[in-house]
Amino acid sequence: MLYRTAGQFKTSYKSDQALFPIKQDAFLLGVILLFAVVIFPLTASEFTFQTILIPILIYSLAALGLNILTGFAGQLSLGTAAFMGVGAYACYKMVTLMPWMNPIVAILFSGIFSAGVGVAFGIPSLRIKGFYLAIATLAAQFFLVWLFEKWAWLYNYNASGAIQVPNLKMFGVYIAGPQASSVVQYFVVLFIVSLLTMVCINLTRGNLGRTWKATRDMDIAAELIGINLMKSKLTAFAVSSYIVGVAGALFVFMWRGAAEPNLFDIPLSFRVLFIAIIGGLGSVMGNFLGAILIVGLPVVLNLLPAALGIPISSATVEHLNIMCIGSLIIFFLIVEPHGLAQLWKLIREKLIIWPFPH
Amino acid sequence: MLKDIFITPFVDMFSAPDFLLQVLWEGLVSGILYALIALGFVLIFRSSRIFNFAQGIMVVFAALTLVGLHAMGIPAWISVVLTLGVMFVLAVSIERIVLRPLVGQPDIILFMATIGITLFLIGGGEIIFGGENKVMITEELGIPTGDTVLEPWGGLLILQHLDITVVVVATALVAALLAFLNYTQMGRAIRALGDDHQAALSVGISLQTVWVLVWFIAGIIALVTGIAWGARAGVSFALEVIAYKALPVLMLGGLESITGAIIGGLMIGILEKLFEIYWGQPLLGGNTETWFAFVLALIVLLFRPQGLFGEKIIERV
Repeated sequence: MLYRTAGQFKTSYKSDQALFPIKQDAFLLGVILLFAVVIFPLTASEFTFQTILIPILIYSLAALGLNILTGFAGQLSLGTAAFMGVGAYACYKMVTLMPWMNPIVAILFSGIFSAGVGVAFGIPSLRIKGFYLAIATLAAQFFLVWLFEKWAWLYNYNASGAIQVPNLKMFGVYIAGPQASSVVQYFVVLFIVSLLTMVCINLTRGNLGRTWKATRDMDIAAELIGINLMKSKLTAFAVSSYIVGVAGALFVFMWRGAAEPNLFDIPLSFRVLFIAIIGGLGSVMGNFLGAILIVGLPVVLNLLPAALGIPISSATVEHLNIMCIGSLIIFFLIVEPHGLAQLWKLIREKLIIWPFPH
Repeated sequence: MLKDIFITPFVDMFSAPDFLLQVLWEGLVSGILYALIALGFVLIFRSSRIFNFAQGIMVVFAALTLVGLHAMGIPAWISVVLTLGVMFVLAVSIERIVLRPLVGQPDIILFMATIGITLFLIGGGEIIFGGENKVMITEELGIPTGDTVLEPWGGLLILQHLDITVVVVATALVAALLAFLNYTQMGRAIRALGDDHQAALSVGISLQTVWVLVWFIAGIIALVTGIAWGARAGVSFALEVIAYKALPVLMLGGLESITGAIIGGLMIGILEKLFEIYWGQPLLGGNTETWFAFVLALIVLLFRPQGLFGEKIIERV
C-alpha cells in the first residue's frame, strides 16, 4: 500500500538508471540520513557513539571493501585485517612525519598504501583460484602482522610496540586523539563512509563493476568475451584494499585511539567476513545491515543479563556471545544464504504487491 | 648481506651437524602433527567439498574434553573412550544440524558455516571447561616422558620420549587410515564420494553415513593431535593456531591428496624450523614460523596452482 511503484513512469534512459528510480527508496534514504545526521548526534550518549554508531560505520566500510573483492569480483580474501593494519600504520606514519597534513586527507591517502600492498598480494590471483587463493591472502595476513611487530620504524620505535594516535586538529577542532569528542569523530566517520559508499555504488553499477561481476561468475567466459582478467582482478584488489585501508585508518584514529599489531590478527578478518556474508555478498547495503547485526548483537547480549537481573559473570557473557554469534552465522546461512540484503529484497517485493498478492 | 643469506647458514649447518639433526627432528615431529591435522581436512574436503575450518578447534575441544572429564575423577582411559563418544555425537550433530540443510550451497557458504561451528565450539568449550591453560594428563595415559641423549659426532642430540611416541602413534594412525580407506567397504565409499558425488549416490552410497563417518574420523585425529600437542604445550585455545598451519600444508600438498597432506606436512614442519633457526633468527628477528609456511605454499602455488599432488584443475566454459 505504502510501497506502491505503480504510476512512476520513466520517460528517459537517464531517469531509468537513476540511483533511486523509486520514490519510496529515496524517501527511506532521506529518513535514514535524517537520523544519521540530525537525530543520532543530538540524542546519542558517549556510550552509544563509542560502542554502536562509530564501530557500525567503520565495520560497514571494511565489509564494503571486502565485498567488492569477494562479493563482486569473486576472489576470496582472508587477509582483511592485515590490509586494515596497513592503512592504520600508513596513516600513523603520515601524521607523525607530516604533522601539518589535514587528518582527513591523511586518512583518505593512507588507503593508497594498502591498495599497493593489496595489488602485490593480489598478483597470485591471476594463477591461483578459489580456496587456493585464500592462502595468498592468509600469507598477507600473517606476514604483515609479523611485519608490524618487527619493523620498529612503523611505530616510531615506541617502547610499547603500539601506535598511539596523537591529537589532531582540523579547523581548530580536535578530530582525533584523546581530546577529540565523539560527536566530531562520528561526523568525520559518517562523512568518509558516505563518500566511499557513494563511490562504490557507482563503481559497481558502471563498466568496472560489470567486468568484476563477469569475472566472478565465470572468469574463463569473461576472458572469452574480451575482458582483461588481469585488469579486472587487480583493480578489484586495488579498490577493495583501498577501502579496507581507509576503514583501518578510521578504525584506529576515530575509534580505538591506539593499536597493537595483534589487533589486526585473524579474528578481525573473520569478523569483517561475517559481516559481508551475513549482509549479503555482492550487495552494498548488506554490509550496513550485517554490521548492525554483528556489532549490535554483543552489545545487546551484554546488557541483557543485567536488565533481566540474571547474575552471570562478564567472562561467561563474553563466551555466550561467541557461541551466539557462531550459531547465528549458521542460522542465517541456513535460512538465507544470500544474506540480509536478499531478505530486504524479498520484503520489498512482498510490500509492493501487498495487500493484493494475486 | 648476501653472504649471510647464502653462505653462513650452510656453514653453520655443517659445523654443528648434531644441532642440525636436532632441528630436523623437531621439525619432523611438528610436521607429522601438521600432516595429521591436514589429513582430517583432506578427508572432509574429498567427501563433501567442505573446507573445514573447524578442524583446529576440534583439536582443542577434544583435548579439553579429555582433560575436563579426567578432572571429574574419571579414569584416564575411560575418559579417552568417553571423549571419542563426545566427538561422535559432535560429528552426528554437525551433520544433522549444519550440513544437511546446507547441501548444494556454494563452497564459501559451507566454509563460513564451519567458521560458525568454530566460534560455537570456542564459546561452548570456554563455558564448560574454562579458558585457562590446562596440563595434559600425559602420565595417566601411560605416555613416556623422559628423554634419550644420543651423541652423534661427539655432539648432543636430545630425543624426547614423548616425541618418539608421537611419531610412532601418528605413523600407525596414518597407516591404519590408509588401510581403512583402501581395503574396507566404507573406505571405498568415502573415496568414491570424493571422486564423483552423483555417481556415488547413484550406486547407493549414503551421503549422510559417509559424512558422519569422515567427521568422526576427523574427530579421532583431532583427539590424537590434541593429546600430542597438549602434552608438549599445555591445553588451551592457543592450540588453535596449529590449525592455521594445516592450511598451507593442504595448499602445498593439494586439497584432495592424502599423500600430499602427509608430504606437505613433513615438508612444512622441517623447512619452517630450518628457516627459523638458520635464517629467521639471525636475519629477521625471529618468530618467522607464523608466516613462513604460508609464503612457502604461496610460492609453490604460483608454479603449480593445484598444489604438489592435487588433481589437475580442468576448467570448461
